[in-house]
Amino acid sequence: MSQEPILTIRGLHKSFGDNHVLRGIDLDVQQGDCIAILGASGSGKSTFLRCLNFMEIPSDGAITHAGKTIGTERPGKPRVYSEDELTKVRQKVGMVFQQFNLFPHKTVLGNITEGLRIVQGKDKASSDARAREELARVGLAEKADEYPSRLSGGQKQRVAIARALALAPELMLFDEPTSALDPELVGEVLNVIRGIADEGRTMLLVTHEIGFAYHVANRVIFMADGIIQEEGPPEQVLKNPQNPLTQAFLARHKQFEF
Amino acid sequence: MEYTWDFGSVWEYREALWVGLTNTLRIFVICLFAGLSLGLAMGLARYSVRRWLRWPAACFIEFFRNTPVLVQIFWFYFAFPILAPFEISALMAAALGITLNSAAFSAEIFRGGIQTIDPGQWEAGRAIGMRYREIMARIILPQAVRRMMPALTNRGIEIFKMTTLASAIAYADVLHQARLIASVNFNPIEAYTVVAIAFFVILYPIVRATYALERRLAKGD
Repeated sequence: MSQEPILTIRGLHKSFGDNHVLRGIDLDVQQGDCIAILGASGSGKSTFLRCLNFMEIPSDGAITHAGKTIGTERPGKPRVYSEDELTKVRQKVGMVFQQFNLFPHKTVLGNITEGLRIVQGKDKASSDARAREELARVGLAEKADEYPSRLSGGQKQRVAIARALALAPELMLFDEPTSALDPELVGEVLNVIRGIADEGRTMLLVTHEIGFAYHVANRVIFMADGIIQEEGPPEQVLKNPQNPLTQAFLARHKQFEF
Repeated sequence: MEYTWDFGSVWEYREALWVGLTNTLRIFVICLFAGLSLGLAMGLARYSVRRWLRWPAACFIEFFRNTPVLVQIFWFYFAFPILAPFEISALMAAALGITLNSAAFSAEIFRGGIQTIDPGQWEAGRAIGMRYREIMARIILPQAVRRMMPALTNRGIEIFKMTTLASAIAYADVLHQARLIASVNFNPIEAYTVVAIAFFVILYPIVRATYALERRLAKGD
């Protein structure tokens, strides 16, 4: 753990009007970490994840990506962020959404090449080749020319993962990637995510799949009331939680298996 | 009722009608493109995050939406020579009035169409590092235009029919020419019937074409 963290979060707050969702979060993410974020709905876990690529603009605090603290400090006020700066950060951070958010007017291949061509400026041939590579990895090579409406939920989410990975992000964010899926489709998506984690890619994953978190993550975070209540290796947080809130949460999720 | 139709007396003046028709098409094409382009710009500005864009756009839209086109045309035609050191042609005055009015209405169509797109589409674009402009042009508008097609088709039909207002300031459009013919051959019924048929014959195929376009755009849904 001597190397510099790939991501540092200090004193992160987020409010929506009067609703103080995040109440001071500090976290260091090391290269190769796979961090599962657990918590009840309303605990702030999705908001936390969405702050990391500035889908939500933090109300206070600082986020440092690869040694560079994002935004400009102002005395006594939250930092300000320019579109240029945030665009650059997002180019290095992949995100997978609960609702997939594929582009319905583009083919599967077109969904994946969009970022390669428009953001990375690659030509058509190399974008297509790169997109097909990622599609093959998620097991959907034969769906390249289909439109998203023809795919199952699990297939859509795998395309969304391929779309994010094609841009070779330094960090992947998964925001409840299996919560919108029919139960029988959850496995295929989790298998793909596990494959990515096994390659050693740095990722943060908000999930309700506690068994998956136990087997795949190297660190588990439990959030409640907008702060990190407990953090540590899965063995410790999930099997021997110290915080009463973590204990109560896990007791409500008794059905998981290790 | 005993009325003997006499289309022959209109046919005699077919060349005058033809001139009128080409003038009608000329002003239509100008107003369609200018009106929809300006409408898109105004629709984007109206809901921009920048107040200095939002406020003037709102004023523009409300002003031109809530005043009669005919009055706007008269105003441009008669006020310009008084207020500015130059005159403008009947074509310009009419095109200006119709364009600005159509822009105000289509701004609301564009705004409405853009707002129906799931915010997740914006997020997906931002998450892969696209900029506002790129997301709007490549992700949001293509989907929004598809949904706006019926409303835009209506707007196009309205614009086409609105061009007849130009005849009020003696622009030689097809209606103006028909009125001239009627005043010479005393057969107004035939002259105006021909105008009505001409409008239908031109508009109906265009409308059919937009239906086909709608179906083509619907691929992937």
